Amino acid sequence: MPFLRILLLRLLTTAITLAGVAVIVFFVIRVVPGNPIAMMLPPGATEADIARLSALYGLDKPLVAQFGIWIAGVVQGDFGTSITTRQPVLDLVLGRLPATLELSIMALVMACLLGGAAALTGTRYRGGRTEGAIDVANGMALSVPDFLWGLVLILLFGVLVPVFHISGRVTPSLDLPFATNFYLFESLIRLRFDLWADIVAHMFMPALALAIPLAAIIGQLLKQSLKETMNLDYVTLARTKGYGETRVILREALRNAALPTLTLVGVQFTFLIGGTVIIERLFSYEGLGNMAIDAVINRDLPLIQGIVILFAVIFTGVNLIVDLLYTVLNPRLRHG
Amino acid sequence: MNLNRRSLLMLSAATVAATSIGLPSLAQQIDELVIAYNVNLPSWDPTTGPSAVNPTIQGIYQSVFDQFILQQPDLSPAPGLLTEWGWSDDKKQVWMTVREGVTWHDGSPFTAEDVAWNLARVAKPETGSPIQFVWGTLANHRVEGNKVIADVAQFDPTIFKWMYFLTGYVLPKAYFEKVGAEGFEAAPIGTGPYMVEKFERNAFVRLKANANYWGGKPDFDTVTIKFVPDAAARVAEVESGNSHVTLEMPYEEYDRLKGGPLAGVATPISDIGMIFLNDIDVMLDPNVRKAAAHAIDKQAIIDRLLSGYGVKIDTLQTPEYAAYDASITVPYDEAKAVELLAASGFGPDNPVKFKIQTTKGFKPKDYEMVQAIVGLWRKVGIEAEIEVYEIAKHYELRAADQLAPAAFYNWGNSVGDPTTSTGFAMFGPSPHSVWDGQDLIDMIGPLWGEADEAKRIEGWKAVDRYIAENALVIPLLQYVQPILHAPGVVVTPHASGALLPHLMKRA
Repeated sequence: MPFLRILLLRLLTTAITLAGVAVIVFFVIRVVPGNPIAMMLPPGATEADIARLSALYGLDKPLVAQFGIWIAGVVQGDFGTSITTRQPVLDLVLGRLPATLELSIMALVMACLLGGAAALTGTRYRGGRTEGAIDVANGMALSVPDFLWGLVLILLFGVLVPVFHISGRVTPSLDLPFATNFYLFESLIRLRFDLWADIVAHMFMPALALAIPLAAIIGQLLKQSLKETMNLDYVTLARTKGYGETRVILREALRNAALPTLTLVGVQFTFLIGGTVIIERLFSYEGLGNMAIDAVINRDLPLIQGIVILFAVIFTGVNLIVDLLYTVLNPRLRHG
Repeated sequence: MNLNRRSLLMLSAATVAATSIGLPSLAQQIDELVIAYNVNLPSWDPTTGPSAVNPTIQGIYQSVFDQFILQQPDLSPAPGLLTEWGWSDDKKQVWMTVREGVTWHDGSPFTAEDVAWNLARVAKPETGSPIQFVWGTLANHRVEGNKVIADVAQFDPTIFKWMYFLTGYVLPKAYFEKVGAEGFEAAPIGTGPYMVEKFERNAFVRLKANANYWGGKPDFDTVTIKFVPDAAARVAEVESGNSHVTLEMPYEEYDRLKGGPLAGVATPISDIGMIFLNDIDVMLDPNVRKAAAHAIDKQAIIDRLLSGYGVKIDTLQTPEYAAYDASITVPYDEAKAVELLAASGFGPDNPVKFKIQTTKGFKPKDYEMVQAIVGLWRKVGIEAEIEVYEIAKHYELRAADQLAPAAFYNWGNSVGDPTTSTGFAMFGPSPHSVWDGQDLIDMIGPLWGEADEAKRIEGWKAVDRYIAENALVIPLLQYVQPILHAPGVVVTPHASGALLPHLMKRA
């Protein structure tokens, strides 16, 4: 199948998926109990006040009409206005996206480093106590959810040995010369290492909390792949040439063994972004997840819709890229 | 503590690292006050939208904006931007004297025009004030010198109390008209003790002291309020020295830390826990209601679940409120509860059954309290099934009068007037009330417009007595707000529950 046709087909299915998400999120959040007008009713409000506020926020129209208005706006890039902040939803969501992306990417890098190191060490010392210890550590990392790791990290590095910041993304007293919300990236570009260090000191614990369970998954899969690869003929050939075990692992086995892990990392990245919701709340990190919780608590319907749509775009986008990469890397899929 | 070479090295490294990234310490002199706040601030307009009626963020608003009338820490009113106020003898007009010499944060003068414009603005339905039904009782606002006069369209004896309650804030007329609502959201100014220097939504607000504040410059030049919704993270913030003050943590944590490196203050605030009784099903039987009320040992619940932090109440008034009457009591009496239920044919072997709804984690130990109450009820012959719901669902069910026969809730009333506690909670036609009995409607009805203040308060006390005697609602306790702070700062708590930086001083 020509690549262009595959691309068009995947784009079409992505568009259908996003349209389905839009319909589902719009109607589901209106079916669940709790509406924004009931949330803002002060003591003494009458039925007339309820009707007046409902009309003010456009919630007095039939559901289908409300959906029509919203989706027409979305098509034109207008996601509506947040009820609680009275700011355009698109501005709010895009303003917070860089913070969540930076946190997720930092967590992913940490997970790859930790998981990779565990897998390589476990493979190098396979069958011994070191591998056993790594397996136990992996099991622990997997069995404890990320928010509990967050609490443990807060206790360790926030209270007992206070080396990292517990909340926020940057120290409030610092003047930020940034033009974008990609603080970590931009501080490097501008060679502002003082700001970079401050931002890292804020991001370290939430990123590590997100990274630990993923590192365990990466470590397990990579170690398993490495162990299988180590029994293949070409690896045996390398050994007969007199190469040391470490070199065999790093130079010969790792390249082939890493492929399934790389696929997993692509898929897990989307889950990692989803996991930021709780972690951002715990660390008061000003990202999309933190905003999403407030939006749900306040029943800020337009903002919830905007955040869910953006998450859906990220998920489907990442999946699309992974699928296309697969197609490029695996000729059988193109010609099948 | 045993120090070996490794731990010494680790400690040294940690100290160097902490110093290098500028983490504060509890022992340091406080130059910039940092407060770990329990909620986010969604919007800077304190007069419209959902944020305007959110009691938990009023402390931030009051740091930047002044209310028409100042409210003191004991809830009593005091001269603020208005120095005097009152009604004409015939109650057809209100008059307000405006303080002179006050300036907005941009240096422009605050005038009586500002007050008149604010009152007229929130009285218009199209502005979107959730309290429009109160502000709309005044009309034809006009300025005469430094006085503002308005006609009374509908007499409301509490109108001046609303001037230090939800949405009763004064915004700058000229500035607001110039920049618009969106511009104001981006760069808000007021006349309050602090000016907004930097605001990062969902992260922090940094405030600078207003040197020209009419009430005197605050003690701390710079205040950073971090929004830290998670209680564990807030405790860690003050414990590590990252923040100097925080509030609303589990009482066990408060007790653990207040005697150590931190100081603490815990005082009752204008927020109560209560059980709504809906006049449906078995709740139509007065014996069942009264038995349910007498079977609850409120003091034991406070002592055992809330570590003693709470004040037992038997009406919807706390001791700070205008209509509080200590002589109205509903004692814990298990035998009486059994007797009442027996009179209606119920008992431990033949329990009366109903559902009780509650939130879980919305207020301290809310679910646990209801569990304890259900346990106490079971002993006398009441079998209650617990249903946990979100607070949003409670609001929706209450507005639709569809709450279960019993529903746990908390009610705030920071002006302490009986209309905003017993009145709105128990007056049938109010969307906040689920008790629709005509007898109570007839008792409360005339009090809404009662002009004689003493008679009005006595009337509300009579209503509270009637409610208690007939067990139309079950008041439980007044909450105590725990505040932890560094030894270098002195915190003055406010009975409204607002944490106000300008009331904090250096120790």
